[in-house]
Amino acid sequence: MSALLELDNISKTYELERRLLPRMFGASRPLHAVKNVSLRLERGGVLGLVGESGCGKSTLAQIIMRLERETTGTIRFDGTDITALEGSALQPFRRRFQMVFQDSTASINPRKTVRRTLGESLQLADVPKSECERAIADLLEQVGLDRSFAARYPHQLSGGQRQRVAIARALAMKPELLVADEPVSSLDVSLQAQILRLLIQLRKRLGLTMIFISHDLALVHHLCDDVAVMQAGSIVEQGAPADVLRHPQHEYTRKLLAAVPKGPAERAA
Amino acid sequence: MALLEIEDLHVGYPTVTGVAELVRGLRFTVDAGEAVGLVGESGSGKSQTALAILQLLRPPVRILKGTIRFDGQDLASADERMMRPLRGSAISMVFQDALSGLNPAFTIGQQLTDVITAHRRCSRAEAIRIAVDALGMVGIREPESRLAQYPHQFSGGMRQRVLIAMAIACRPKLLIADEPTTALDVTVQAQIVELLADLRERLGLALLFITHNLDLMSQVCGRAVVLYGGMLMEEAPVSALFATPRHPYTRALLACVPRLSDAPGAINSIEGSPPVAGRLGPGCPFVPRCALQVVQCAERPPERVGASRRVACWRAEA
Repeated sequence: MSALLELDNISKTYELERRLLPRMFGASRPLHAVKNVSLRLERGGVLGLVGESGCGKSTLAQIIMRLERETTGTIRFDGTDITALEGSALQPFRRRFQMVFQDSTASINPRKTVRRTLGESLQLADVPKSECERAIADLLEQVGLDRSFAARYPHQLSGGQRQRVAIARALAMKPELLVADEPVSSLDVSLQAQILRLLIQLRKRLGLTMIFISHDLALVHHLCDDVAVMQAGSIVEQGAPADVLRHPQHEYTRKLLAAVPKGPAERAA
Repeated sequence: MALLEIEDLHVGYPTVTGVAELVRGLRFTVDAGEAVGLVGESGSGKSQTALAILQLLRPPVRILKGTIRFDGQDLASADERMMRPLRGSAISMVFQDALSGLNPAFTIGQQLTDVITAHRRCSRAEAIRIAVDALGMVGIREPESRLAQYPHQFSGGMRQRVLIAMAIACRPKLLIADEPTTALDVTVQAQIVELLADLRERLGLALLFITHNLDLMSQVCGRAVVLYGGMLMEEAPVSALFATPRHPYTRALLACVPRLSDAPGAINSIEGSPPVAGRLGPGCPFVPRCALQVVQCAERPPERVGASRRVACWRAEA
């Protein structure tokens, strides 16, 4: 196996002091959102990125997606240093990694039908117009929706169905890497389980490589074969879920594990 | 005697063809000092039930039928004049979204003392003393100095604590917490839940804890009421509900909670979509997703009442 994605010493610093003069006199207030993160993701692997809000996991995802620029460090995607690329040189790579956002209500245009939303992505993926309708039906089937959903608007869908459409839109590009940022945290338990099962299926069927961002360790345990725990911008612990979740080494991982709600049976155990 | 008694509650709104019911014939009680969990997915009617208790339903949604008895008074037919002294005093509520629960333009101190002076005849100094006391009780350090701060100076978890302080400042008999931790991180969620359990014990208040997270509910509550499509599915002591769920929906819901103790990848889900409120037939709302359905399910299932539990299913024994 070869590494699909390699992060080498990625850091992201925001400058909180906006005024130039104080900055020149040394009154800078840097915020280290991501600090020296190095990760390696094998083709076909699923990496779980865990941590509390504000720990930098979403910033890291945005840097990988090239929505945000790193301050220092390099990212190699399939062997190519994509941090050195810009504009049209980056374009062919962009379609190879796609993202699913947490809030499906905000990430899907409410004024477009599912058909148009998916159709636009397919067009960008160079699918000829004549084949679009079939491709849309295929995509909907992939994510477990009936093809009649193509005619609906986002408000006519439930939260779980909307998230499925968001996943279908990401899949339209036939990506190699799917980054899912808290894709189920705004859903009910029964729908959470549905989406999680869908992601597991898609991974098997399409051989997707995934980064799954979550604060729910139980979800990560089910889906991922590698877990990285982030705290204040750094990765404090990394390894196979069985090791990290059963024998946590770092204090912070233990704290996260202790906070996971437990049923009566688990508390007794 | 029960502190809160809800009897045959119907909540809904009129439509062109009749009425759309969001809560359909719900019955349950909360004893003084007891913690009851109201569990269900979105659209199950749990929040509407809470709003109905406080008469905060947003028109055109209203109570269609039924009684809500609180401490001897009937709230279902109460008017605004009767409700105002109760809200925030005898019954108070903590909402899901801690950010919009506080006014960003006023200090925490002003907002807290507003609640206190609205319900008690006391001096400003006395109100401040009560506010400080309430903030201390919810675990905010140096409460005196934080009174002058604005909501944006508090983190999400701290804001939720302030709202809880506001809710308990007047020593309510019943605290309704509607998904109080949904917007919070796991670690903060654990703290807030611990705080609620602790307050219930210290102040002897009754707690109605509304959530879709069964495990979380089990950490605070002694008894649970499971709702689906506006109807009661099952009511049981929490330990019994987890050990021997009787209703197919409860069983399915419990099975799809992801746990660290499961084998990786072994996830059960309930296929199909949750019901759309107001578009349900007279029968059991869970039928389209139920594996055990029989012909009778098209009719409303009777509530089978056992020693400590109730189940509304044709196929279940109480």
